[in-house]
This record gives sequence, structure tokens and C-alpha cells, in this order.
Amino acid sequence: MATQHSQPADRLTMAPPAPKPASQPAAADHQSGTKHARTAARLMMAPAVILLLGWMLVPLTMTLYFSFKKFLPLRGGDLGWVGFDNYVRFVSSSAFWPSVQATLVIVGGVLAITVVLGVLLAILLNQPMWGRGVVRILVIAPFFVMPTVSALVWKNMFMDPVNGLLAHVWRAFGAEPLVWLTEASTQSIILIVSWQWLPFAMLILLTAIQSLDSEQLEAAEMDGAPPVKRFAYITLPHLSRAITVVVLIQTIFLLSIFAEIFVTTQGAFGTKTLTYLIFQRVLESQNIGLGSAGGVYAIILANIVAIFLMRIVGKNLDA
Amino acid sequence: MGRITLDKVSKSFGDVQVIPPLDLTIDDGEFTVFVGPSGCGKSTLLRLIAGLEDVSSGQIRIDKQDATHVPPAKRGLAMVFQSYALYPHMSVRKNIAFPMKMAKVPVEEQNRRIEAAATALNLTDYLDRRPGQLSGGQRQRVAIGRAIVREPSAFLFDEPLSNLDAALRVGMRLEISELHERLETTMIYVTHDQVEAMTMADKIVVLQAGVIEQVGSPLELYHTPRNKFVAGFIGSPKMNFIEGEEASKHGAHTIGIRPEHIEVSGEAGTWSGVVSVSEHLGSDTFFHVHGTGLAETITVRAGGEVGFRHGDRIFMTPRADVIHKFDAEGLRIT
Repeated sequence: MATQHSQPADRLTMAPPAPKPASQPAAADHQSGTKHARTAARLMMAPAVILLLGWMLVPLTMTLYFSFKKFLPLRGGDLGWVGFDNYVRFVSSSAFWPSVQATLVIVGGVLAITVVLGVLLAILLNQPMWGRGVVRILVIAPFFVMPTVSALVWKNMFMDPVNGLLAHVWRAFGAEPLVWLTEASTQSIILIVSWQWLPFAMLILLTAIQSLDSEQLEAAEMDGAPPVKRFAYITLPHLSRAITVVVLIQTIFLLSIFAEIFVTTQGAFGTKTLTYLIFQRVLESQNIGLGSAGGVYAIILANIVAIFLMRIVGKNLDA
Repeated sequence: MGRITLDKVSKSFGDVQVIPPLDLTIDDGEFTVFVGPSGCGKSTLLRLIAGLEDVSSGQIRIDKQDATHVPPAKRGLAMVFQSYALYPHMSVRKNIAFPMKMAKVPVEEQNRRIEAAATALNLTDYLDRRPGQLSGGQRQRVAIGRAIVREPSAFLFDEPLSNLDAALRVGMRLEISELHERLETTMIYVTHDQVEAMTMADKIVVLQAGVIEQVGSPLELYHTPRNKFVAGFIGSPKMNFIEGEEASKHGAHTIGIRPEHIEVSGEAGTWSGVVSVSEHLGSDTFFHVHGTGLAETITVRAGGEVGFRHGDRIFMTPRADVIHKFDAEGLRIT
């Protein structure tokens, strides 16, 4: 932040950056401390670093190792190296592109719902009202429910075509109850996952809204902007960075949703995502090599999103 | 075109009445300063006029029209906020254009007014920058520019200079005064700094705890403060207050004498005391004198070349014609 600001001023005044080289060595000394302190610091950090590295590197190496092998545990075990055969087969299978499509639809749908409703809820919960503290806790509650549990609750208590709450509502209006998980399977999954992730989006957006300077809104009010325009011109631009962070963090987690599909449709009716396809390849088809190749694709995809996330969150911390 | 009348206006937050009913008239083209210590309700009063707070009772009239329940945007007033409240994601040009965009002013007219304001405020080179890339003084000017282009019937300033450093503050003070001379628009200016009030105002409104203590021109307040509070608040350094025997000699409960109205001498005078601190400003010297038997400290002003030091005994003679007399309630005795 500080350096970003001083740059234009430096250019304007053409001032030579004289004091910097002189002060740099001293500053560097101060930061790193003595040699003894540095050694001690490294020694103390070592257990955490080694544990984390091991935690990450061992599974990653094993995935890479298996992805180049033909490995069928129940049909002969390790059948030797096959090069990139698994990678080609994974992409060229008829289930691949539909799974990519299902993944994109589910991730996109959940993102759209959570961001739009999250912004509206955040604005609502930022208004002074009676019992706001209790309402906030209630709204956050779904985030604490385990994915498996919430999927089961939705499946059995809400979406069940005979005993579900929604079926009762449908019947109350004289309509034929919807068999949610068969007739609207993708939408059902989007609904369940959105319900889980809405609190997360709302929480981040609420803190962003609270950091908005109220004088800006008052200035806009004096400038003649009605509430809708104040939202569009002041609040929404203020939230843009928080929205990006919500989108990226959620994308990483949503790419790997599994429990919700496993508990409800088991990948049937067009809800087979990339993650679920990998699971099926490994456990249902008992083809570890093929599944590992799919896993490597997923790692690459998640890392692309993560790079964007790191850059934006990094910028956020600077500002 | 910018006459603002407050008629028995009061404001309460819950059970707490921050402004008891008050009457005030601000004439067209007048530069009025609300001054008072922090928490005296001066900002609240400004926000009532702006329409950002609802009045609890009473009536606000702008140009004889009842504006009590008119929304802020429709009152024709422009406000400059303490934090400037610039829109951080818009360029300077868009910031200044925003009120005109909301009022659906034609684009050519918008550009004409932006250019005029930018020229007047030395912002032409910065129109495409973001507020984050500007210095404090430049941001202040952008905020003023955003107010000017609306061509309001009155400007409201809420402590606009309190975030600037001392040198810049003096410069901006002059610029705002010049702006007022040029535009001849009503301006209401809130500050806790009595120097700003004295230097800029046509009319000063001194407030304490939501109550108007005195309204008048800067010199009126300086020469004939209505009570002890105004006497102590206006003028720098503060007026000396002396109670007891010395005051009863003048037939008052308390007498007040300004530091600049006391003659200092090394040999003889009415009062005497020991210098505790001397502040040399070059043009003036201020002595804080202890041990006079009149008050804990007496502050006196002398010329820049008078060189008494800590521990020196000095003699002081007040000018008899400018001694202010107050009764037991703190009101002025004439």
C-alpha cells in the first residue's frame, strides 16, 4: 500500500530514491536478527514444516505414481507401467464431458445463489433490528452441520416425495408432489449445497459491508442517489473484492463436493461430477490408475483457481 | 437564495435530548460557523439541517419553504464531510460528476462544470486519478468540487480541515474563504477550532451542550462575550479568570482579562508573580505566571523581545477598559 502510493509522487517530483540503499542493510539486519536467532527459529519451525510437507507430498507422490500404472486390485493387481494411457482414457471416456458439465452447472449454480442471496442477507442483517444477534446465529447455523447430515436431512425430511415437508406443501396446494432427487436432481443438489454455503458467503459479505464508511452513503444520499442507486454505485463496488474472495474460496471447496451426491443420487440423473467420477473409477470400477489420473486433472484445476485466489487475497492484505 | 431558519428545532436520541429547542436564522450569503467543544451538538445540528437526521420537534425552513421532512437530496444543500467521503472506486472526474449524474444533467453541461470546478480548485491534472492516489489536501478539494458542481443554495462543512496538517489547514482555510467571496453562497461550517471560526466567519454560533451560548460577529464575541463560557472559548490563549477579593474590587463575582490586555514590566505594576513557563513565538512571548495570589496561573502576552525566564519575578498591569465582569452565574455585567 505504502509503496503503491509513493510511486506516483516520486515520479512527479523526480526525487532520487537516495535514502533507500543506505537504510536497506540496516533494515535487513534488524529483520533477520542474529545468526543464532535465525537457527533457533528454523529449528522450531521444522516440525510443523516437515509434518505439513509430508502430509501433502506423500499422497501427491502416490497419486502421481499410480496414475502412470495399470493397477486393478481385484483383477491382477499391479500390471506394470502404461505411460500416459490412463490420462488419455480418463478424458476420452464417455462419462468425462458430462461430468465436467455437471461440475460446472453445480458450482456455477451454487455460486450464483450464494452470492446474490448472501449480499441481500448481509444487507438485511446489517440493518438495526430487534433480535439481530439471534437471527445472525440462526443464519450461520447451517455452516456447522456436517455435509452428510445436512444432505440426509434434506433428502428425508424435505425432499421425500411421500413424507417430506415440501411434498406436504405441494399437496396443500393440490399439486402432485415433486420427486426432487429424480425429476430435478441437479437443482436439488444445488439447493442443498447452497443452503450449506450461504452462511459462509453471508458472513464474509457482512464483514465487508460493515467496513463501508457510512459517510460515503450519506454523501451519496446528499448527492441525490436513491437507495437502489446507492446500492449499485457505492455498496456493490465496495463489495466487489469480498465477492471475488467468496467466489474463489467457494469454487475450491465446491469442486470437491462429494457427500451430498453420495448420500442423495449416488451420481445418477446427471449429477456425476468430476470428483464423483474419480471416486467411481477407483472404488466402483476398482481401477486405481485411471482414478489417479483423474485426480491429477483435479489437482491442476484446483491449483489454477488457487493461483487466482492467492493473488486476490494477497492484494486484499496489502490494501 | 439560501436563507435557513431553524424554528424551535430540537433533537433527542431515545431519552437523551442532545439539542433543546433552539431558534437560529442564517442569512443568504452568510458564512456561519458553528463552534464549540467536542460533543456540544454542533455536528448534529448540521446533520439536522442537511436532513441526515430527523428533527424531534420544530421546523426547518430553507428560503421560506418548510424543509423539515424534505429528503436530503431535495433540499438543495451540498455537504463536505470530515472524512471527505469520496467514492474510492471512482476517478476524481466521476466523483465530481456523481451528483450531476444523479440529477440527470446533460453530459456536455456536466463536462463544462467539471472543467470549471477543476480549474478553480487546481485539480485539472488529477481528474483521472483515484482518490487513494491523492494527498489529503487534494482529496479535500475534490470533496469541495463535488459540492460546487451541484450549484447548491448552501454549503455545509463538517469539520473539513481536521484531518489536515497545520500548514495545509491554514492554506485550505484561505481557499474556502476565497471560495465564499467568489460564490457568495451561504456556507455553514462546523469546527471545534476557535481560530478557524474567528478567521473565516461572518457570524459565529457558539454552542455548548446543544444550547446556543451566543451568536455574533467574531469581534462582537471577542469584545463583548455574553458569558464566561464564550469569553473562555473565544481568543487564544484563553482569557484569565480571577475570582475573590480582586474581582469584588470591580463589583463582580469573576473578572476576565485577556493575556494581550495585560502590560508586563520588570519593575512595578498592579499584580506580581513568578514566571513558570515562557513561550517564545518570535513575534510574541507568552508568560505563564504563578504565585500571583489571584488564580493558579495567569497568562500574559508581551512583545517578542521581552526576555524574562523561568523563576523571574514580573509585574503585571491590566488595562482597565477591557476588564470583563461576570456575576455568580457566569453572565456578563455591563
